[in-house]
Amino acid sequence: MSILVGKNTRLLVQGMTGNEGSFHTHRCMEYGTKVVAGVTPGKGGTTFDGVPVFNGVEQAVHATGANTSMIFVPPAGAFEAILEAADAGISLIVCITEGIPVMDMVKVHLYLKGKSCRLIGPNCPGLISPRERCKVGLMPGDIHRPGNIGVVSRSGTLTYEAVAQLTELGLGQSTCIGIGGDPLPGTTFVDVLKLFQRDKQTEALVLIGEIGGTMEQEAAQFIKEYFTKPVVGFVAGATAPPGRRMGHAGAIISGSSGRASEKINALAAVGVSIAPSPAEIGVTVKKMLAKR
Amino acid sequence: MKIHEYQAKAILAQFGIPVPRGKVVDSPVQASQVAAELGGKVVLKVQVYAGGRGKAGGIKTAQNPQEAEQLARQMLGSRLVSRQTSAEGVKVSKLLVEEAVNIQRELYLSIVIDNSAQLPVMMASEAGGMDIEEVAQTHPEKILKTHISPLLGFQAFQGRKLAYGLNLEQTLSKPAVNFMTSLYQVFQAKDCSLAEINPLVVTTDGKLLALDAKLNFDDNALFRHSDIAALADPEQQEPLETEANKQGISYIKLDGDVGCLVNGAGLAMATMDIIKLVGAQPANFLDVGGGATEEQIAAAMGILLDDPKVKRVLINIFGGILRCDVAARGIVAALTQREVTLPVVVRMRGTNVDEGKEILAQSGLPITPAKDLLEAARLVAVAKGGKA
Repeated sequence: MSILVGKNTRLLVQGMTGNEGSFHTHRCMEYGTKVVAGVTPGKGGTTFDGVPVFNGVEQAVHATGANTSMIFVPPAGAFEAILEAADAGISLIVCITEGIPVMDMVKVHLYLKGKSCRLIGPNCPGLISPRERCKVGLMPGDIHRPGNIGVVSRSGTLTYEAVAQLTELGLGQSTCIGIGGDPLPGTTFVDVLKLFQRDKQTEALVLIGEIGGTMEQEAAQFIKEYFTKPVVGFVAGATAPPGRRMGHAGAIISGSSGRASEKINALAAVGVSIAPSPAEIGVTVKKMLAKR
Repeated sequence: MKIHEYQAKAILAQFGIPVPRGKVVDSPVQASQVAAELGGKVVLKVQVYAGGRGKAGGIKTAQNPQEAEQLARQMLGSRLVSRQTSAEGVKVSKLLVEEAVNIQRELYLSIVIDNSAQLPVMMASEAGGMDIEEVAQTHPEKILKTHISPLLGFQAFQGRKLAYGLNLEQTLSKPAVNFMTSLYQVFQAKDCSLAEINPLVVTTDGKLLALDAKLNFDDNALFRHSDIAALADPEQQEPLETEANKQGISYIKLDGDVGCLVNGAGLAMATMDIIKLVGAQPANFLDVGGGATEEQIAAAMGILLDDPKVKRVLINIFGGILRCDVAARGIVAALTQREVTLPVVVRMRGTNVDEGKEILAQSGLPITPAKDLLEAARLVAVAKGGKA
């Protein structure tokens, strides 16, 4: 098994006919993902590489049984795109869009409360389950291989770096999830830890954090109380100056809890093996598994 | 995004929040004129983005217009060095001249987004005028909080709760609720990331006044606030960062001599971290972004090399959306054009990596390939520095 995406995923892409949307839809299809529909208002009734395009999400869900949506809609329209997907009964929304205003995300969170719908992102690379050949996101598929390591991260390319290290050492992955670099992500580290805890395929976890916020500390608390699988951690941004936004909207140190050192200490204190450098994430996993 | 205090106060005033009478000036003569208009005794406040102005000598009181002119002459053109600036400080080219206010009490009021609660939160404290981070650490019970639902807006009962919590006199309860309601309106209407009044004062004649004001804005929301975007003061920003912004490149200048060019913010931070781990110092944070073109890569190289502190370069590309051959062409174009002689270490992997490496090898430029991130960092740390 894997978590969140797999062979039962029926993917719909909002903003499929745009530049980025079309490029990545193709890559997902090549990897093996079942792409069943696209949504672009005004382009309903057309097809895109054999995939039917609809004017609205609700129509698309009715016609195709789509259960997962990947969103490429630009920032000004992304807020509404998320609401539309949730309203149509989509159970997993993966929002790739970078640059959504924080106040819009506050409203999204209020809207999603009480709905049985999970949002991943925004500003995220998506997720992939290699064994079931299902990729809903931007990551290069060929660096992954099936296996038992779960990966969760706030970053994109740094996750690819970690995955490539794992794959080179023969350590395959169950599911790799990028929760995104925004301050108010739909899915947090703790949410993902809960899912990996229940997943039988996942035997160990790699958690990649970065400066800003307190999500890593909250993850540490959860690991201490509930998480029984071994974890390797890395936190990026030890050299980042305070008060500056380091690319990601959420990667800004304000107050001591946002610092890399605070996060590393919190994770190490609950038994997480900390990778000494970003080049040694794979090796740290290997060493940790050898000790068991 | 940050703006100046005088700009923040103008926005607050538009929303009906009481602020001291005052004007922004850029010459000593103007300072004297404004002081005369305001009745003589005034406060002069340097207008810079950095905080900690008071302790750094950036706020001074003048008893009369002559003294205002004198003080303005000293302050304008000087450099303010505070705990929030670099050692060189920031140039002072504007002063806010305000009426002097007789203060009875100093309070604190702010609104930020509480990431854990996923809601805006208003915070109030009787410990006004102090560093609120410090108060939060030492006396968290002295900070009152109330979360606000953007669907309902700020409610009067929330305001009364805070007003009574601040031990305000009965007569000030209503003005306080109005003040808070308006501050939330500013926060919401302008997509602020921070709206802070510190101190919020009660004057000796029993009025509330926003004596200092700080508004920061959500960069992601600037597309719907052209009025706010237009307030940016390029003088307050590192010129290379301004240039990078224009090109859509995420760049932050640091103090080291190893220039870095990376795709992806997390990997860019991790690259800086590993440079430090091997004993060198990063000169910058630079994320060229997901779908960078050859031209953007070349532009990013140009910005990185425009920093005179850069003596060697580490390029770390994990090709995904960005193909390695595209990155390689951009790098070669920038280095060739500038006839660069400093050592450049390149680590590439991912999409089209073989083509990328081939382009670099064929270029005849002083580029050292590295097989992985650790080797790249070690190579750049021992490389003998050159000139851009």
